[in-house]
Amino acid sequence: MQIQETKAIQVTDLTVAYRETPVLWDIDLDVPPGVLLSIVGPNGAGKTTLIKAILGLVRPAAGNVLIYNKPYAVQRKIVGYVPQRGSVDWDFPTNVLDVVMMGRYGALGWVRRPGKQDRELAMHAIEKVGMEKYTTRQISQLSGGQQQRVFIARALVQDATIYLMDEPFQGVDATTERAIIALLQELRENGKTVVVVHHDLQTVTDYFDWVMLLNIRRIASGPVEDTFTADNLRETYGGRIAFIKNK
Amino acid sequence: MITENINLLTAIIAIVTASACALPGVFLVLRRMTLMSDAISHAILPGIVLAFFLTHSVSSPLLIVAATATGILTVVFVELLQKTKLVKEDAAIGLTFPALFSIGVILISRYSKNIHLDIDAVLLGELAYAPLNQLDINGREIGPVALYVMGFMFVLNVTFILVFYKELKLVTFDASLAATLGFAPTLIHYGLMALVSMTTVGAFDAVGSILVVALIVGPPATAYLMTDSLTRMLILSVIIGSINALSGYWLSIFLNVSIAGTIASVTLLVFVLVFLIVPNRGLVSIARRHIRQKWEFAQTMLVIHLFNHEGLPEAQEESEIAHLHEHLRWEPSFALRVVKNALNNRYVLQEASQLMLTERGRAKAQRALVQ
Repeated sequence: MQIQETKAIQVTDLTVAYRETPVLWDIDLDVPPGVLLSIVGPNGAGKTTLIKAILGLVRPAAGNVLIYNKPYAVQRKIVGYVPQRGSVDWDFPTNVLDVVMMGRYGALGWVRRPGKQDRELAMHAIEKVGMEKYTTRQISQLSGGQQQRVFIARALVQDATIYLMDEPFQGVDATTERAIIALLQELRENGKTVVVVHHDLQTVTDYFDWVMLLNIRRIASGPVEDTFTADNLRETYGGRIAFIKNK
Repeated sequence: MITENINLLTAIIAIVTASACALPGVFLVLRRMTLMSDAISHAILPGIVLAFFLTHSVSSPLLIVAATATGILTVVFVELLQKTKLVKEDAAIGLTFPALFSIGVILISRYSKNIHLDIDAVLLGELAYAPLNQLDINGREIGPVALYVMGFMFVLNVTFILVFYKELKLVTFDASLAATLGFAPTLIHYGLMALVSMTTVGAFDAVGSILVVALIVGPPATAYLMTDSLTRMLILSVIIGSINALSGYWLSIFLNVSIAGTIASVTLLVFVLVFLIVPNRGLVSIARRHIRQKWEFAQTMLVIHLFNHEGLPEAQEESEIAHLHEHLRWEPSFALRVVKNALNNRYVLQEASQLMLTERGRAKAQRALVQ
């Protein structure tokens, strides 16, 4: 008998359906600790739904999700979530520091107010994403890339073990994208597990060490060099990919 | 003396009612759910009528309980309809509240011989009578019922917001994150809806079911234009609500017209005023910014035009002030004003009938071209 290594995330037989239409079909996914994994697939492949199912935001029709061998409900505090930037109203009357501070709310629990220490942690996370000049800026006055950095700072301040990020590069300029990826790689060096929904196939091999190819079913998952192959991509995208630089 | 006392009491009731309504209104505005207050304020009618049948009293606490329950039922119905995805939210609201409201109307008309509820009072309320309905304890009158009810609602709303400020903010801004962090967004949502229902039924007597919507939506929508902070938006809403109530009440006495109607009109008027004149976001400052940008942009075009032809054979012809409007296809009067502005800003110098770029003007052109 082989001793099983503890998985950071273990998804087994996960099916999510809206009415009778399956959005995710019998997904199995093992994410070992300390990898930087991208979830890749065409529009409507169920990438966001998979993230939401892991976080318990959508109810699966079948299957199970474990975070370090335990259900999400008892592991909330070790999971940080970066939703899609478009999922919130940026005209909300609040500033950068305030939004980043929301990342501390989970640790605080009900009713308790954030204090000096939470503020310091938030400031530290804001510095990490290079937004220290904008702490009191109203959030609607930020560019898309700045908003994305605020969201990442909010997840960083949770000091999680696992980070789930839904399209953190959406609408972000090239400089910011490189800054964010450097940050994610630093998280991985510190033993964190980072899962990113990603759109740009060109950068998968440069940015990530693991990849999951998804199109309602799981096509493949594993280290990029074994998994990110022309055959797997063709299966994921249904032959619509004309070229892909293959390692 | 007695009338003065009544005037003062009415004003205080108006202010307390407006303040209590404005607080939950802030979250309705931010959650884009203001229509729900309209729905709730109408749909609680059958709850009130049924509770009245049971207790035969308009001031029984059971009325508030029943109305709150009907209010929450409204929210549940709307959300159930919406979840089928066959009906959008606005249609779901439009279907639900008239259905419930009409049940109330039918009940009132069927049993109207026996009860003192009438439709006019329900729709419009009557603030003027509010001070007369005194709370009676052991035969002693200790003040108007409406003041106690709305005072209690104000304290309850303030307490709820103070205690759950962090949760309300998070759920309103980012419900998904709230859910993943373990703050039940549904619970907060229904807590808020319960407050809206209770506040509405409390304000019912005084201002009726239509104008209460103005008190819930108006001040927060006005405050939203004035600040970037949620705390300040809450405080401003209460202040604006109070000012509207007081000035509306005073105006209604002066004009001898409906109190609630005047307060609602003042609410709208104040909103429009703020909408026009508030710095940065108001229509007036937007228009002024556009005008400034227009002149600024015209000067940039002028210096780029001069810069592009500088030192070339055609430069003399291109920088002739009298011909500028032809080259740039501007109205002659507009061109002259742009030239005047550019001279004042020392972007250009006039030499005889020609314009020459200054160092400053050249730098401006280069800067604009690099961008």
